[in-house]
Amino acid sequence: MIDPRDRRTVLAAVRAGHLGPTVMRSTDLGKTWKEAAKPPAFPKAPEGEAGESVHHVFWLTPGHARNPGRWYAGTSPQALFQSDDAGVTWQGVAGFNEHPMRDKWINKGEEGPPDGATLHSINVDPFDPRHLVIGMSMGGVFESRDEGKSWKPLNRGVEANFLPDPEAEYGHDPHCVRVSAAAPGVVYQQNHCGIYRLDRKADRWTRIGDNMPKAVGDIGFPMVLHPRDPNTLWVFPMDGTTVWPRVPIGGKPAAFRSRDAGNSWKRLDQGLPKGQGWFTVKRQSMMADALDPVGLYFGTTGGEVWASFDEGDNWHCVVQHLPEIYAVETALVA
Amino acid sequence: MKVVLPSPLVSYTAGRREVQAAGATLAEVLADLDRQFPGIRFRMIDEQDAIRQHIRIFVNREPAPGLAAALASTDEVLIIAALSGG
Repeated sequence: MIDPRDRRTVLAAVRAGHLGPTVMRSTDLGKTWKEAAKPPAFPKAPEGEAGESVHHVFWLTPGHARNPGRWYAGTSPQALFQSDDAGVTWQGVAGFNEHPMRDKWINKGEEGPPDGATLHSINVDPFDPRHLVIGMSMGGVFESRDEGKSWKPLNRGVEANFLPDPEAEYGHDPHCVRVSAAAPGVVYQQNHCGIYRLDRKADRWTRIGDNMPKAVGDIGFPMVLHPRDPNTLWVFPMDGTTVWPRVPIGGKPAAFRSRDAGNSWKRLDQGLPKGQGWFTVKRQSMMADALDPVGLYFGTTGGEVWASFDEGDNWHCVVQHLPEIYAVETALVA
Repeated sequence: MKVVLPSPLVSYTAGRREVQAAGATLAEVLADLDRQFPGIRFRMIDEQDAIRQHIRIFVNREPAPGLAAALASTDEVLIIAALSGG
């Protein structure tokens, strides 16, 4: 993740199999790297009590432009960490990690998403640096209005067909939550149970995925927002039926775009494989740039990067033969 | 005492596989290592003082019973990054 405030600092979450989790830092656009002096870690538990250990850092988000040096990190087990020195040292965000409800909000069980239950989708509201929105797979969406000191669930209207209570306050499974930079109070999410929009003047999500073609459905992982138009967004549907194969429906990959806040959708598959395309696009692996027209990029579990330079109308494979791609980010560096 | 490190950790020691560290217990030796090579301890020991899953520590070729294990200056500490995966 590159820091848009200085366009030189790059942070990467690393978990070497043998050596545990850490955060690596580069201040020269990736030419050289140094490990964080104090990576995200839980406090040592009192003698005789079981403590938590960070398994991996899953998500990194730069802070607001008004807070230079501020970064946030989300981990598995689900917890929120903060750095105020550009990622050199990290501290737990006590308002979340020590919240009396955290044990109920997070998923501590063995069952969970592949690679563990994660705290992801850390959004710093571009219009209000004190307003934070996060997502937790097997947990739900949560919001803070005071820079992380206090938190509330934000899941009304979202289906959770794996929970007994249809109006559960938390326990939902957002895959990717994005706060719009184009207009205040506009939030979208791709959830395990559909695609949703929230106008933050209200507190109930609307399932805009119901407007997707029924044969495609509205299950997927990424959620991509237009940098200047709050009504334009892109998703990349996956087969979420029965056994959840997590691949394009029928092996025919396609992005879908809405230009009217999810009321209608257009299939975008020009240039993509017409069949036998069985890759997955993970929640951090599809991004937009800030150019006009907007460029879109997605990485696949098969190690390919695809790009569109016309807002999704046409796609080109621009990189092949990489390992499985977990995240794609865009940045203007000059 | 002599401490032998596995290759995944030599980025902390400027490429040296063998280093010297002091301490009356394994915990103290690891703390001394971290003073000399900042960050190296957290790669072996997590925040709850548990040895990471794929790290093995031997003293004179016998498995170390734990971080409280007493050591003599003539002991040799061998740290191994266990194989994982195929």
